[in-house]
Amino acid sequence: MIITGAEAIIESLKNENVDVVFGYPGGAVLTLYDALYTSNFRHILTKHEQGAVHAADGYARATGKVGVVIATSGPGATNLVTGIATAYMDSIPLVAITGQVSVPLIGRDSFQEADIRGITTPITKHNYLVKKVEDLPGALKEAFYIARTGRPGPVVVDIAKDVFAASIDYQYPTEVKLRGYRPIYEGNMETINQVFAELKLARKPLIFVGGGVNLSDSSEALREFVEQTGFPVISSLMGLGCIPFDHPQYLGMVGMHGTYAANVATTECDLLLGIGVRFDDRVTGLLSDFAPKAKIIHFDIDPAEINKNVLAHLRVIGDLKWSIPALLHRVNDVSEVLKEQVHSWTEQVVRWYQENPVTYPQEADLVMPQTVVEKISRLTQGDAVIVTDVGQHQMWTAQFYGFTNPRSFLTSGGLGTMGYGLPAALGAQCGLPDRAVILFVGDGGFMMNCQELAIAADYNFPVKVLILNNQTLGMVAQWQRMFYGGRYSHTNIKGHTDFVKLAEAMGVKGLRVTKPEELGTVLEEALATPGPVVVDIRTPEMVDVLPMVPAGARLDQMIMGG
Amino acid sequence: MKHTLAVLVENKPGVLTHISGLISRRAFNIESIAAGYTEEPDTTRITIVVEGDEIEQEQVVNQLSKLVDVIKISDLTAVESIQRELALIKVKASVETRSDIINIVDIFRASIVDVNRETMVIELSGDETKIDALCQVLDDDHGIIEIARTGKIALSRGPIPAKDQ
Ligand SMILES: Cc1ncc(C[n+]2csc(CCOP(=O)(O)OP(=O)(O)O)c2C)c(N)n1
Repeated sequence: MIITGAEAIIESLKNENVDVVFGYPGGAVLTLYDALYTSNFRHILTKHEQGAVHAADGYARATGKVGVVIATSGPGATNLVTGIATAYMDSIPLVAITGQVSVPLIGRDSFQEADIRGITTPITKHNYLVKKVEDLPGALKEAFYIARTGRPGPVVVDIAKDVFAASIDYQYPTEVKLRGYRPIYEGNMETINQVFAELKLARKPLIFVGGGVNLSDSSEALREFVEQTGFPVISSLMGLGCIPFDHPQYLGMVGMHGTYAANVATTECDLLLGIGVRFDDRVTGLLSDFAPKAKIIHFDIDPAEINKNVLAHLRVIGDLKWSIPALLHRVNDVSEVLKEQVHSWTEQVVRWYQENPVTYPQEADLVMPQTVVEKISRLTQGDAVIVTDVGQHQMWTAQFYGFTNPRSFLTSGGLGTMGYGLPAALGAQCGLPDRAVILFVGDGGFMMNCQELAIAADYNFPVKVLILNNQTLGMVAQWQRMFYGGRYSHTNIKGHTDFVKLAEAMGVKGLRVTKPEELGTVLEEALATPGPVVVDIRTPEMVDVLPMVPAGARLDQMIMGG
Repeated sequence: MKHTLAVLVENKPGVLTHISGLISRRAFNIESIAAGYTEEPDTTRITIVVEGDEIEQEQVVNQLSKLVDVIKISDLTAVESIQRELALIKVKASVETRSDIINIVDIFRASIVDVNRETMVIELSGDETKIDALCQVLDDDHGIIEIARTGKIALSRGPIPAKDQ
């Protein structure tokens, strides 16, 4: 089949079962867009390339498939950088196809030229510059393979403009041969035996689940492991949803804004099973005092995660899809013995959890942001896909939404990217048209990519955007309050923007909540409305996210609240 | 402690920058890095000397191993290996000092590869300390104008190549 490079890309996308791409056209990708014109391939035109890449990321997180984004050379490609870094930090499978100036112009500072390979090298799993059309199918095949296998991540395929137009006798490779890339799926059975031996010795064990459990779709097996052992469980931000919030052994989120029980249990435990976690500094607090009494067993598909931050006594390298069932297999027979030996510990930490719930002060005439999250949690029964932006509202969502399902909480955990939420929610809704997708966003972060609201109307993505509008850059203001003597340098963002009118101008229904008594009915109305809705919810300015472990402090040195 | 790593990579543009970039981004210190072709045309061998403790060293290896173009890494620190560096040293020389320099060169089993009225260029291969020692003597007694050193390359002893280790 003799076709153009552009057509070959579309064929390759079909071969990879890609059903939608997010993108924005421009000179270097004109030929590709011309091919899209007649191809019937689904393409979502965002308003900004950053919107496109976050949307592809949200799509990937919600569906488990590879997200695909297209951008032109130079400014188009550089507009992807934040989104690529966001996906990289959270291990999200993404393929970014960028146009590059044509081969004879490369390296001459030509119009709209940027070395996107060079720029994205530290924030991609791998990247390509395709200068010959013969290399195109192979590069795409490898890109998808690398993005989705092993520890997932973003891959950039930068394609010179003349490659799109060149013709090729197209054949999509059936297999990938990469000498330097061999993910370890099935690890060493001997380590499983060693873990098993440790489980039997443990008296104060703790299971710590992270984003890897979500990514590997292992939460079911994990739940069984939790139940068979009787061990208590804590979660990272990225692990929320893997264990239902109301599970009797669950102690909530650990770390900077974690629960008392999770943080103290971490400090007290004698065995910590880190499963698909990377021991981020927001989790560990003061590294040298993290889980000081515990032997740490680290489960990860990426060997480079072991001993990166926290020293592991035992490493279990391999896919969680292999390691958890393998361990479960051993545990089943001794389930009762294990439960018995940790019974009093589990009972004690669960009591800590019940006696020290995360709470907040109730104000009769103010709409407390935490109340909004709790109300949504009750209204949706944990069934919605919840997306957040970055800031206080993100942490309140993590604390007060009752997550019951994996892949139901999409948030920029690693990079903490403001502006992520709205486009990611749209991408998630695009991938899961029948699910309720709800975005919690701050008034600051909403403005960072609010242009994408237009997409919600244009494509009728029925996302519910709940702006927790405290008129400040809340999380930064909180740090200024706590650590900078209340000097609110440039965090007051009270302005003249009317979010309801903004929504309406974009073709989206806008609602507002200013009083507590309006909250219930407006939220119900928003959820019942078939199309997209923005709700501008006025919340008080000076509410803190608590509890809090100050950066660099020990996990049990928490500032409590409530 | 210093570690000598033999890193076999795909012979593709950009790989060397990728590797050196990754090491420096992770805040590890590169002592030296040397790259060249191998017995297989599509493979490049990069010899890297990094400074760090065991844990840091393990992280360097693990992080480098993640790169798709990295085929194999072997740590030659612990195994018996031959380690060499090449240096070209341009030293001040006059008619009067020339014979003294020739004496020094003989002692070090180095060779003279260029001579003119004011300078000589000396070539020496050997381990780092030997090259350091020659440079020291030449500089103290005659004055060095310019030095070019390759950085270390290394091969393990015995029949098994790094790619099969
Ligand atoms: C792109 C980007 N810029 C800056 C920051 C730093 N930052 C973290 S939270 C925050 C404030 C967020 O304010 P808002 O969106 O109103 O949410 P709130 O904290 O009030 O819920 C800022 C500025 C960031 N995370 N991302």
